[in-house]
Amino acid sequence: MTPKMARIKKIAQETPSIRTFYLDLETDAKPGQFAMAWLPRVDEKPFTLTGTGNETAITVQEKGKFTKKMFELKEGNSIGIRGPFGKGFDFGGAKNACIVAGGCGAAPLLMLAEELKKRDVNLKIVLGARTGNECLFKERLKNTGEIYITTDDGSLGEKGFTTSVLERLLEKEKFDCVFGCGPEPMLVRVFELCEKFGAECQLNLERFMKCATGICGQCAIDEWLVCKDGPVFKSTQIRKMRDFGKFAMLKSAKKVSLQEYAQWRQK
Amino acid sequence: MLETEFCKVKLGNPTVLASGILGTSAELLIRAAENGAGAVTIKSIGPREREGHNNPTIFEWEHGLINAVGLSSEGYKEMEDVWEALKKCPVPVIASIYGANVQEFIEVAENVAKQKPAIVEANISCPNSEKHGQVFGCNIDASAEVISAVKKAVGEIPLIAKLTPQAPNIAEIAKACEAAGADAICAINTVAGMVINIEARKPVLHFKKGGLSGPAVKPVAVKCIWEIYEAVKIPILGVGGVSSGRDAIELMQAGASAIGIGSGVHFKGIDVFKKVCSEMEEWMNENGFANVKELVGIAHE
Ligand SMILES: Cc1cc2nc3c(=O)[nH]c(=O)nc-3n(C[C@H](O)[C@H](O)[C@H](O)COP(=O)(O)OP(=O)(O)OC[C@H]3O[C@@H](n4cnc5c(N)ncnc54)[C@H](O)[C@@H]3O)c2cc1C
Ligand SMILES: Cc1cc2nc3c(=O)[nH]c(=O)nc-3n(C[C@H](O)[C@H](O)[C@H](O)COP(=O)(O)O)c2cc1C
Ligand code: FES
Repeated sequence: MTPKMARIKKIAQETPSIRTFYLDLETDAKPGQFAMAWLPRVDEKPFTLTGTGNETAITVQEKGKFTKKMFELKEGNSIGIRGPFGKGFDFGGAKNACIVAGGCGAAPLLMLAEELKKRDVNLKIVLGARTGNECLFKERLKNTGEIYITTDDGSLGEKGFTTSVLERLLEKEKFDCVFGCGPEPMLVRVFELCEKFGAECQLNLERFMKCATGICGQCAIDEWLVCKDGPVFKSTQIRKMRDFGKFAMLKSAKKVSLQEYAQWRQK
Repeated sequence: MLETEFCKVKLGNPTVLASGILGTSAELLIRAAENGAGAVTIKSIGPREREGHNNPTIFEWEHGLINAVGLSSEGYKEMEDVWEALKKCPVPVIASIYGANVQEFIEVAENVAKQKPAIVEANISCPNSEKHGQVFGCNIDASAEVISAVKKAVGEIPLIAKLTPQAPNIAEIAKACEAAGADAICAINTVAGMVINIEARKPVLHFKKGGLSGPAVKPVAVKCIWEIYEAVKIPILGVGGVSSGRDAIELMQAGASAIGIGSGVHFKGIDVFKKVCSEMEEWMNENGFANVKELVGIAHE
């Protein structure tokens, strides 16, 4: 679809580096689906939809060129939106679930957690960030289940990684599903732990995108397209992936290591 | 019923994954093959790594797609792993190539030919890049020069010349390519266009101009194939706006021997090849055709 210009109704400062932009646009976005946000003459990038219906929103962390421009926008300004795209989380049967969110990875998991809460799912949430005041959606996530917080600097919750908490939880509890989003090295560890303890998982993955509708081949992980087959993938798919945690494509479609990919993103 | 051949290459069916669609990796090309494509085309390979344009690069509008990807390519030197993985591809692989000048075309063609693809396609028609392509595909002498040079470089491997509908006389260009040694013609590449978002008051593509594809361009493709069919003896790979069996049959009746599908992957999903094939079979059964070859050019009779 052609991008639709949507007025920014409200901007919420979530953490010092993260803002939610509520849009004057109705969607039927499901947890885990994303949209392409367009700033004319700048660029177009994928962002998880963090609200649906007339609460449709994207939550953006200030990182590089595009997101700096996003942070210059005021309420009343407009951005272009294409979407919702992709397959979201499949949470139909879950009764006892765990959510693991690293940094901005809490973005796609918030709507999921609130949906699970509505269905009375017994939920544990592991929320990690660099530092205490960067824990995204901490208050809203607290209302959906039992929350465990980890920070790199120990300024809030436990000092260390989300995956250490997950390991302890998996040791004593059986989850129908573990839902994760965050930096790929974290997700690799989440997957390893779930395999070790025999728990199913669904991970929200990220790759550079162009079309967002499954034709350009830019976002490939092996034969899967993150935009169309994902961005949420299940254990059955992840088990077969050879590129997961290892390789990603640059804009030229050259396949490189995740480290080189991250360096390119920094440019 | 759908078995056919194109440039002496045997195809299980006449559908071909068009260049630039999903052709970024061997795994995706193989997935297209597993979803019914009779042959698959690698995304146009250039002389060196090239990022292409900024986003937005591709989106859907009311009657099709528009793109200005800008010939992003990892460059032929970086493709060893892709060629290795393509050994497992169950269908013939077509290697699309481009260059900014004849010398670059030769360099890419010589190196790509070493990997022995079933067919090489010279993209002398991409509208998305200011220097590349267009100059060849719109000009009779330039088209002939590059095709003759590429044919020398690829030797025995069949060569397809991919043409642009922007050429003032596409049949003349096709004839010149045939005389220069092309073994087949591919028509069409995208049609130049632009989409403006009136609220933003800006062109949507970052590159502003782009190439139209999908349903909107099918009549353009049919007309071009028609004219080329009357002008040359070599087979035509018809491309443009195909997403159903009826679309494919229409292009074949105009003169195409095989059918490229690009935007159809967006409109119908990656299994568009299977769908088009079964719809073709159904139509052929209802209308008394035993083999697809019988359809080629019959609208001219
Ligand atoms: C399906 C999907 C959903 C996404 N959802 C969100 C979202 O809800 N909120 C959000 O803020 N971003 C999200 N992203 C990432 C987003 O599209 C941009 O890549 C990101 O905002 C950076 O853009 P930029 O131009 O500002 O920074 P860039 O100039 O691209 O990068 C600046 C810095 O950020 C780092 N960086 C950039 N992108 C990533 C990344 N994806 N992972 C880790 N480090 C990175 C770089 O290494 C560098 O340090 C999503 C991506 C995908 C594919
Ligand atoms: C996103 C996209 C990228 C393309 N890239 C190339 C390319 O690299 N080389 C090429 O020869 N044609 C390219 N094309 C043109 C297609 O191969 C095809 O000729 C055109 O889209 C018309 O067919 P369709 O209507 O089935 O899409 C591209 C088309 C699209 C939509
Ligand atoms: S972004 Fe184009 S296929 Fe996923």
